[in-house]
Amino acid sequence: MTSLIHDASAALTERPSGHTSQLSEQGKAVRMRALTLLGLGTLFLTTSCKDSHIDNLEERSRLSDEVSLWPLPQQFQTSPVAFKLSASRFKIVHAPGSTAGPSCSLLQNAFRRYFKYIFGYVNEQGQPRSRVFDSELRELQVLITSTDPECDAYPSLKTDESCKFAVVFLTAFVVVFVVLGLETFSQLVYEDDYGVNNINKTSILDYPRFSHRGILLDTSRHYLPLKVILANLEVMAMNKFNVFHWHIVDDSSFPFLSRTFPNLSQQGAYHPYTHVYTPVDVKSVIEFARMRGIRVIAEFDTPGHTQSWGKGQTDLLTPCYSGSSPSGTFGPVNPILNSTYDFMTSFFKEISSVFADAYIHLGGDEVDFSCWKSNPDIQKFMEQQGFGQDYSKLESYYIQRLLDIVSSTKKGYMVWQEVFDNEVKLKGDTQIHVWKMNPQYQDEMARVTAAGFHTLLSSPWYLNRISYGQDWQDIYRVDPQSFNGTPEQKKLVIGGEACLWGEYVDATNLTPRLWPRASAVAERLWSDENVKDIGSAYSRLEKHRCHMVRRGIPAEPLFVGHCGHEYSGL
Amino acid sequence: MTSLNMALKMFQAQIKLLRFLFLLIVIYGEVEHVYGVWPMPQQITQSTERYLLNPRVFALSYANDSMAQSGCSVLDVAFKRYFKLIFPDFAHGTGRDKSLRFGNTLRFYGELYVANIFRQKYLNSISCSVKLGLESFSQLVYQDDSSAYFVNKTEIEDYPRFQFRGLLLDTSRHYLPVNSILSTLDAMAYSKFNVFHWHIVDDPSFPYQSSTYPDLSNKGAFHPMTHIYTQSDVRRVIAHARLRGIRVLPEFDSPGHTLSWGKGQPDFLTPCYKGDVPSGSFGPLNPTLSSSYQFMSDLFKEVTSVFHDSHVHLGGDEVDFTCWKSNPKVQAFMAKMGFGSDYTKLESYYMENILNITAALNKISIVWQDVFDYHEHIPKDTVLEIWRGTPAEIRAELGRITLAGHRVLLSAPWYLNHISYGQDWRNAYTVQPQNFSGTEQQKELVIGGEVCMWGEYVDATNLVSRLWPRACAAAERLWSNEKKTSSVERAFPRLKDFRCTLVRRGIQAEPLFFGHCKHEYSGL
Repeated sequence: MTSLIHDASAALTERPSGHTSQLSEQGKAVRMRALTLLGLGTLFLTTSCKDSHIDNLEERSRLSDEVSLWPLPQQFQTSPVAFKLSASRFKIVHAPGSTAGPSCSLLQNAFRRYFKYIFGYVNEQGQPRSRVFDSELRELQVLITSTDPECDAYPSLKTDESCKFAVVFLTAFVVVFVVLGLETFSQLVYEDDYGVNNINKTSILDYPRFSHRGILLDTSRHYLPLKVILANLEVMAMNKFNVFHWHIVDDSSFPFLSRTFPNLSQQGAYHPYTHVYTPVDVKSVIEFARMRGIRVIAEFDTPGHTQSWGKGQTDLLTPCYSGSSPSGTFGPVNPILNSTYDFMTSFFKEISSVFADAYIHLGGDEVDFSCWKSNPDIQKFMEQQGFGQDYSKLESYYIQRLLDIVSSTKKGYMVWQEVFDNEVKLKGDTQIHVWKMNPQYQDEMARVTAAGFHTLLSSPWYLNRISYGQDWQDIYRVDPQSFNGTPEQKKLVIGGEACLWGEYVDATNLTPRLWPRASAVAERLWSDENVKDIGSAYSRLEKHRCHMVRRGIPAEPLFVGHCGHEYSGL
Repeated sequence: MTSLNMALKMFQAQIKLLRFLFLLIVIYGEVEHVYGVWPMPQQITQSTERYLLNPRVFALSYANDSMAQSGCSVLDVAFKRYFKLIFPDFAHGTGRDKSLRFGNTLRFYGELYVANIFRQKYLNSISCSVKLGLESFSQLVYQDDSSAYFVNKTEIEDYPRFQFRGLLLDTSRHYLPVNSILSTLDAMAYSKFNVFHWHIVDDPSFPYQSSTYPDLSNKGAFHPMTHIYTQSDVRRVIAHARLRGIRVLPEFDSPGHTLSWGKGQPDFLTPCYKGDVPSGSFGPLNPTLSSSYQFMSDLFKEVTSVFHDSHVHLGGDEVDFTCWKSNPKVQAFMAKMGFGSDYTKLESYYMENILNITAALNKISIVWQDVFDYHEHIPKDTVLEIWRGTPAEIRAELGRITLAGHRVLLSAPWYLNHISYGQDWRNAYTVQPQNFSGTEQQKELVIGGEVCMWGEYVDATNLVSRLWPRACAAAERLWSNEKKTSSVERAFPRLKDFRCTLVRRGIQAEPLFFGHCKHEYSGL
């Protein structure tokens, strides 16, 4: 176990002023010392400041209303002692002893990004004028404590995401959490009546309740320009989401440009040049996400939802029959041909190298059996295999072979709940994605976890479904662990995802439809399970949405009211 | 390979190409671009014969015998605007060959035509018609795969079914930056809306900066500097609208919906009582004080001169009587006037006074249906606007109001702030404004309708995508012949195309269903 002691006062400057009593009060605060103990990824913070610890939940939410943090941190203390921040002097720096330094581009980028968020709107002054402040915060020191700061690493599921800071310090095990911490820090900075940036002395210890906090975007039903995806990743970071589930292809179109099978997008995209994601596009999405601590999980859904695949890959889909002759239409992937599995082997080999994440989402939902039933070759195959009339057995047969193929690429996989429901044999680390409302998702979560599988929830978080009024409240009230099960079962819930399916969504309405409604999911997945007061959430979320608007994100309003700076990007 | 073989191969390839070309023409000529105008014109005939438009030489100009000539500012500006809309990706700075100009020149008399290609007759006033005609023409121009511009030979005869095709924006529940309003006006012109109903103030805020009573916005706006409409903002909106053939109808709703007024105008609202003492909260405007009427008279004097439309909207909806009932002075006034305990009489008394004020200012009043429901003595020329009820109730109300000889506007089925999952534009499309039992004369008293976008959940972040293309459905209902546009299924592909046109013009119109536009929205 190592211990690091830091003197915080170096970063704070005091200026003489007439108000001595006030000064001495602040002096104490300024001389606070931060003691950081590090061991096995667990972090503690003690300071000499005399503010009493705030355990009372009500008190906590009252304070949180004032500072307006979203999602609410696990523990924090704040005091009325405020420091000013000057755009010309404030710096975010690496603390002495930090294992990360200026060569860590992920951090350097994050520093710049958050500096802009904090000061970007302030009028630049030509010459810094000499001014006297009672106290000023000049530095935020960032301390990385792990021997490997993971500057160039891809964010993974298992990392311990705790992060803490007192006002001058941001301490985290690895760099990813610094990004999260900077977001919190930027939310703590507020403008006073004179337009000066202030921050109150605050200390926070924070970590997420769930490790999988995802957003699903569907780029098949409508093509989403790269810019929209990147902007969305930016907003995800503001809400501490850490998984971008990219439902990249589906029936409607195949915008993913495969190097191995370029015909898939050549024939299957809405347009082979303007409506595709090139390898460079995909790479830039992954890198942009990585810089914000976000994983990118690609979904290539089979055997259903594959109409667009068939355009560029002959014999992949099942020909449907009308009586004894082919009708000219096609159904799901043809599970009885060896060529299908050869294709899948090459295809997923490419996918597993393009997408760095340890997991791939394989879909497996909503397979319509009517086409399979109509096809005489399939009927014959069913007979040979002894499946009788049970077509879910054929589906299982396909999925089983697909899973074997994907396993050989050393990737883990996520699947929609039907794959579990149909009793396909699954690897122990498979993650079951619950999306159906019927049967009740609570029962499904109980069944999945009873079988020992990890699970994540999306059923109540289909944000493409809209209605009149404040539906974020229903979204907020959901708890992924509210089902009948043992504590061990509850632990198998790794989180959830807000899904924005694309039937009625494209670049024109995506952002205001998703935000701030998805922010409600963000807090549920991040904050303590007892953080559920709607009143407190409303006032914090209202401010948080104004934060987002201020940063140029068209997040829609919760209800009647206004932001100090309205959205102006038209 | 022998040379003969090669020649044969090439020949086959050519045949293939020819077949392909033929197919293209059919698709372009017949499927995609016939009837490519939204809302549907009254009469349109198109042939598959198409003409190339060259943006370098194409010009919009006045015919020699045109009644209007260069210097008619509305049209000069419209020409410039529509040139850009007709040729969206035309790069400027390329040389113009003037000698070729008259080859395809858009001219107009009382009609509009492009030398034997495009002809459109209008039955309305000229400058307005020409702008509407330009809109239709611009929608008929399309680009092929090589980005060349084409228009099919077309004849159109067109006029609107209803004279009042309105759209309401609410700038009180959320402040809408002037830019949002201006771009809404642009999109309105594309759909041939002609009235912008500006619900400018309400309970939550008073953003209109009055020159007579500056305290109203100083104290009643969300912010007295950043969340207001100055006089010049208002003039800008009116000017922008005028150039697009759109009237601006202001609404100053009273006696209810006036909480924000009270902040800047003391003794204006009714103090509510709890038992014998004022509770500290306020209700509707205080109708018992003569100062209230003096104030309203001064305010409307200003408003009617700033907004020079012939009509003014006075609101009059949803008056909550509980506060009036609690106030002893109001009770005394009721007794004095002999109203008994019928507070609708008090409301009527108030509205009657306000209607007299605006009548004295030579303005025709529009009020919400409540005023008719409570009151029989309203001037005959007052227009009633229906905003609530089930379809059966709406039909009944239409019958009652028109039977009393009042003109009426319909907005109840077009509350587009109400959203739901799926293609709810279909509901907006299938409305039948004249489907109620009444005489022909009664039907003619339906002068149109309005799309309403109330502001509880809408501000600049989501206004445009929530409004468009859903409002287009109402636009076609208000413009086009109902029999020719009765099929939602036939409207679907046309509206899909039109929404892509809107997107191409930079309007953030949301999709109807899955699919794509050639040019997707590229903003955020």
